[in-house]
Amino acid sequence: MSSEEIIYQKATSMSQGETHYCPGCTHGTVHKLIAECLDEINMVDDAIVIAPVGCAVLIYDYFQIDGVEAAHGRAPAVATGVKRVHPDKMVISYQGDGDLLAIGMAETIHAANRGENITVIFVNNAIYGMTGGQMAPTTMVGQKTTTTPSGRQPDDVGLPIRACELLNTLERPVYIERVSCHNSPNILKAKKAIKKALLNQKEGKGYSFVEVLATCPTNWGLSPKKSYDWLEETMIPYYPLGNFRDKEV
Amino acid sequence: MSKKILMKGNEAAAEAAIIAGCRYYFGYPITPQNEIPEYMSKRLPEVGGTFIQAESETAAINMVFGASASGARSMTSSSSPGISLKQEGISYLAAAQLPCVVIDITRGGPGLGNIAGSQGDYFQATRGGGHGDYRVIVLAPANCQELADLTLKAFDLADEYRMVVMILADGFLGQMSEPVVLPEPTNKVFNKDWAVGIGKKNKVASLILSPEDGLTKHNYVLKEIYDRVEEDVRLYEEYKLDDAEYMLCAYGSSARICKQAVEELRSKGVKVGYFRPISLWPFPYKELKALSVGKKKILTVEMSLGQMIEDVKLAVEGSIPVDFYGIPGGMIPTPEAIEERVLSYE
Repeated sequence: MSSEEIIYQKATSMSQGETHYCPGCTHGTVHKLIAECLDEINMVDDAIVIAPVGCAVLIYDYFQIDGVEAAHGRAPAVATGVKRVHPDKMVISYQGDGDLLAIGMAETIHAANRGENITVIFVNNAIYGMTGGQMAPTTMVGQKTTTTPSGRQPDDVGLPIRACELLNTLERPVYIERVSCHNSPNILKAKKAIKKALLNQKEGKGYSFVEVLATCPTNWGLSPKKSYDWLEETMIPYYPLGNFRDKEV
Repeated sequence: MSKKILMKGNEAAAEAAIIAGCRYYFGYPITPQNEIPEYMSKRLPEVGGTFIQAESETAAINMVFGASASGARSMTSSSSPGISLKQEGISYLAAAQLPCVVIDITRGGPGLGNIAGSQGDYFQATRGGGHGDYRVIVLAPANCQELADLTLKAFDLADEYRMVVMILADGFLGQMSEPVVLPEPTNKVFNKDWAVGIGKKNKVASLILSPEDGLTKHNYVLKEIYDRVEEDVRLYEEYKLDDAEYMLCAYGSSARICKQAVEELRSKGVKVGYFRPISLWPFPYKELKALSVGKKKILTVEMSLGQMIEDVKLAVEGSIPVDFYGIPGGMIPTPEAIEERVLSYE
């Protein structure tokens, strides 16, 4: 036994090597939180991640767990098929804002409404990252993107959609929470929420949903630091953090 | 098990899927295939299976994707417009080499069309309605018995080649009732080492960005499988072709009508027989070519404006004339009209 004590190490459920994410992007942080939670709740060998289309499409390369890549927006449907075959496995649907709220809105709502015993991690960075910065359903009013060059105009394209509030109208979800990844205190809260959402599934409680407010410095045209500030100043007032549902089953 | 049961085509296919070991069905209602999801909703829970009425055809095929990626025998069914919506998922299934069965009980099109049986979806089924360089095995039954038998066979073919297998039957076949002897399970076992959820940390994906030629190589892997299928799975029926001067060529319901036309024409002394492709992809090109030697003419009969005729022409390579008789939009060709056309050749 060495006199040195390990106080921090990479989660065993994470792969070695680097990710392709841009500097200041919070996908890596969210991945890390999920991986740490899987380690801590002892589900590394039983977890299956469903990859979205978007920046996180290669998520299965960054985890040492089973992975299935879904078509754009279809992750909750794919997760449903996987979970129904493997009810004892932990199925995580990891999705971005275009995937979850635009093309996959129907799949999102109906998986939640069925109360599928899965965990959905929703990374909301208010923009389409991988395709180069187009408007997302969650793009802020006035926010400039490559398809809203004058800023998002509500009279033209409507207002940003709030996923937690929308899902909170349904009876079947057991857990809905919005967290953020822009600073350490919030990252710790995010981990707590993700862990709870995963434990709910492990305990067979039902559908759990965690929205993580995230950054996209590259497509926002901001430095990482300014991105964290922008998230706090612009996104959090519109997307209030906190728990929307924590149902004891 | 050799007892004859009067069953609707749709129900016979559904029961055959259960006999084949399919325990996961995901679908969305559309006429004229509704008896399949209805039957599955009742039967699957009885055998410990899962039925989900999905929110859309798109969701249903992606649920199949998930179940298939998990190593289970899984199926969906729909009719023409719904199959259009499933094409996205079928392309992904093909890319990820996931086996599954898709039953298409076709109706008249394009658009919402009508709900009568039609054969206007031959191109969609055999040429792929989805994007990319892929193939789907397409089997075309001509009666309720075959609808059951081919559905059972489809599951083994899907697992053997790790491909999507489509049953292409028109709405008349789905809706008609005939005596059916339910097929026996084949009990073939397939290795599914690639599936998720079996403790192997497997990845099921269709995105290949690197190396630069990674996707090209994957396409060649698929091609090799498709070549094997083309060699191994060419199904057809021939009828009274030995001494025939004319060959009728048709699949599905059209072939049944052609059979009657053959009998009528034979009673009038006209030497005619028919060739019925059962596998539409792979199409039995070689067999059709061989059997057409010495014939004066081929008449292709379809419930469409002429789609399979392209494969018939490819098969005979211009060696003999190929005529067409067809009717689109959910109407059925009559034996009399076919007879009249053949008599005009005399």
